[in-house]
Amino acid sequence: MSVTDPHFDVAVIGAGPAGMSAAATAAGHGLRVVLIDSGRQLGGQYFRHPAPGLTAPWLSKLRHGWSHFEQLAARIEASLRIDVLFEHQVWAIEPGFTVRTDRGPIAAANVVLATGSYERVVPFPGWDLPGVVTAGGAQALLKGNLVLPGQRVVVAGTGPLLLPVAAGLSVAGAKVLGLFEANPLRGYAKHPIPLLTNPSKLLEAADYARRFVGNRVPVRSGFIVIEAQGADSLEAVVVARPDGTGRRRIPCDALAIGYGLAPQIDLGLTLGCDHTLLADGTVALRVDTDQRTSIPDFYAVGETAGIAGVQTSIAEGAIAGLVIAGDRTGLKALRRRRDRQRTLADVIRTQHPIPPAWRDHLTPDTVVCRCEEVPAGAITEAVEHLGATDTRTVKLLTRAGMGWCQGRVCGYAIACLAGGGTPTDLLAAAKRPLARPVPLGVLAGQDQRNN
Amino acid sequence: MSVEFSFDDRSMTAHPGQSVGAALLANGVRSWRTTRFGGRPRGLFCGIGVCFDCLVTVNGEPNVRACLAAVADGDVVSTQVGDGHVASATERGADLTSDGRGDERD
Repeated sequence: MSVTDPHFDVAVIGAGPAGMSAAATAAGHGLRVVLIDSGRQLGGQYFRHPAPGLTAPWLSKLRHGWSHFEQLAARIEASLRIDVLFEHQVWAIEPGFTVRTDRGPIAAANVVLATGSYERVVPFPGWDLPGVVTAGGAQALLKGNLVLPGQRVVVAGTGPLLLPVAAGLSVAGAKVLGLFEANPLRGYAKHPIPLLTNPSKLLEAADYARRFVGNRVPVRSGFIVIEAQGADSLEAVVVARPDGTGRRRIPCDALAIGYGLAPQIDLGLTLGCDHTLLADGTVALRVDTDQRTSIPDFYAVGETAGIAGVQTSIAEGAIAGLVIAGDRTGLKALRRRRDRQRTLADVIRTQHPIPPAWRDHLTPDTVVCRCEEVPAGAITEAVEHLGATDTRTVKLLTRAGMGWCQGRVCGYAIACLAGGGTPTDLLAAAKRPLARPVPLGVLAGQDQRNN
Repeated sequence: MSVEFSFDDRSMTAHPGQSVGAALLANGVRSWRTTRFGGRPRGLFCGIGVCFDCLVTVNGEPNVRACLAAVADGDVVSTQVGDGHVASATERGADLTSDGRGDERD
């Protein structure tokens, strides 16, 4: 099946909060929209929800801002101008625009990139054991399937995502043995204005604090997981301060770990969009106040323009929709809201860096590239004895970052281990020519259709 | 209403709409792949289709992402050994080329 003929005014890539908002706004102004997602439902990661009929008494407690989702979904479902294409994987976008999917090309005059983010994790001994999942993975399992990754869970890493993950696991019946935030939180006190101008965020944090006290979830800051232990699956984690002091072994059957989110922007980078390195080492597409990238008629909204959360995503989707439709009504207020939220997002970014000490706890046999099973020792060898000084050379010598995930999981770590995490290395790690693994038959088939 | 499926000849049940990976976890299974080189067990990791760690064989088709694929009634799910194109790690050993890593990559 392929959708080749209709020429759309707007192709929106990603049906999460930002993409839904862009599609609903553009279609509301009379434009023909195609909304494309690799999943089977509207909502993306943030508004992930179980299939109809699957429910639990605590389900509503996992949901934040659910009315926003219901309103956006209702607008999209009621619109006759939006084609929603589920289970379509976009692997490239060509100028003009041709959106290449695994089910055929789609032509559109404007593109809104709303592909969200993926989670950053850095390696540590034992992180490849079954039972170690990303914080977002634990969240997806719970929100989409109502299944827990384990019964006795440790939540660790850095960033605001850890809060809803720990709270959700606890609500769903897991024993959360601890929430370990790597960074001290006192830095927030230096930025009172962005916090006070976004009071809903303060209230949210206070609500989590109350729930953690109520559910007896111990919260510690300034601790990282330095090791996961187990024979064939996770049996315990060792947490410590970044310098290795204060070690504690916690028996558990699951670890949910995340070091913040990184924008998923490969489609934009391949097309040649200008990009920028943010304070936390993530790379985002550069946009103007109307969400335009450096490529005319190509917009980036939500996390693709830098991690900023659900409210920003919804505002930016609406801004792009209005701008494409040529309607400036209400634009000023949306921009103001967006700017206020982005100011806070920038503060949050600076408070949750990945502590560089993760490198000190690697052992030579710690797997760094999970796909190609490349251990830290092989990367050290390539750097120290074979003269590799950048990510690319390390890749060629060791295959690190060349597996199925295309370096999404280990790219940051390799960039740090190979080149010391310079901006050049971090930018190189974000680029990949095909956004998804594509069978050769699909590539060949699309070329034929083109000729 | 529930979905009946099998995993390595054990019969299991799941809720309609659950992913293969979620269904396996709910049935107490934590790993369903062994790696190509080290033969190490792997299961769910990123949970959103990015990492490809949760690859599994479903109805004879290898390299299915367990976190994305929905489990269906009658599915035959089996542990994926290596790249899933050979029956076992030992058989695969005979196919290895001189660099010890084989050349049949996807």
